[in-house]
Amino acid sequence: MNHFLLAAALTLSAPAAMACETVAIGDLTVEHAWSKATIGAGRPGVFYVEITNTGSTDDALVGIATPAAGMPMLHETVVQDGIASMPHAMSIPVPAGQSVQLSPGGYHGMLMGLTTALKEGDSFPVTLTFEKAGEVTVNVDVLSLRAEGPDCADAGQ
Amino acid sequence: MLGVGAYRTRNRPALSEVLPLPIGEMSWALTDHRDQSVRPTDWAGHPVMVFFGFTWCPDVCPTTLSDISLWLEDLGADANRLIVALISVDPERDTPAVLADYVSSFDPRIIGLTGPADEVAKAAADFRVTYRRVDKDGGDYTMDHTAGVFLFHPDGRFASIIDFHEDRRFAVPKIRRTLS
Repeated sequence: MNHFLLAAALTLSAPAAMACETVAIGDLTVEHAWSKATIGAGRPGVFYVEITNTGSTDDALVGIATPAAGMPMLHETVVQDGIASMPHAMSIPVPAGQSVQLSPGGYHGMLMGLTTALKEGDSFPVTLTFEKAGEVTVNVDVLSLRAEGPDCADAGQ
Repeated sequence: MLGVGAYRTRNRPALSEVLPLPIGEMSWALTDHRDQSVRPTDWAGHPVMVFFGFTWCPDVCPTTLSDISLWLEDLGADANRLIVALISVDPERDTPAVLADYVSSFDPRIIGLTGPADEVAKAAADFRVTYRRVDKDGGDYTMDHTAGVFLFHPDGRFASIIDFHEDRRFAVPKIRRTLS
């Protein structure tokens, strides 16, 4: 991705409804992609999304890529004996007929090496790579650091 | 069975080693996000809500702060006397200025506390909190840490813990019990 596209992706203030768009690839639908504003570019950003597998074959999210961050990774917040840790997730299962949420306090994308601070109202693309379904790109809305999720009519928040 | 019971009792750590100390018996000295020094004695007579975290963390800490902001919103002016503090387990990166930036996104009653590593360690010990640095590739690091929110009565006695992921329907009444 060249600098022009990156700049365009980060500066075009998308309407808040973007996180409510649904993108499909094969039997998978991907929706409610959102992130939180960051303090500067030095701290990692976060990526949340909901994936539904309407097919009869198990799949898995194996990676994410974005022009917004040099080192995006999949992580899982695990609380064991009251202690929170954030191990790297090699892949996130998306079983047949089920929905998986990357959401606060659970699985999430950690966007290390941000190219620029994420500001509320920005949006940026993230490409998700699935083991079987392949790649699909979604637009991610940056909400406030305080947000708990996008405000979609069907979000079931 | 009796023997097993006795064995367990003997080996169970005393409650005083597991539960946070009363605020008045704590000994740390930290600095808040406005560069003011804060000591446990400054909190005498106030109900207190404390949790440990760090601003580098993209998921647990903003989620906890969002939850706390919503609880405070629910409680309204009733929570105005409540001391609400985030104590950083990552003082190397969390300066008062960074904490000021961070807490500005949340309820204005939330304060950020940081300080020298040994004072943070003292605070963690007083609250019976565990934290450890986890190094990552490329020189970066993250912190594992106790994720619960600690509540204290106005006289400094430990009241209860709100667990990470605990339902708001239970959290708000727990806080309310410390307010009177």
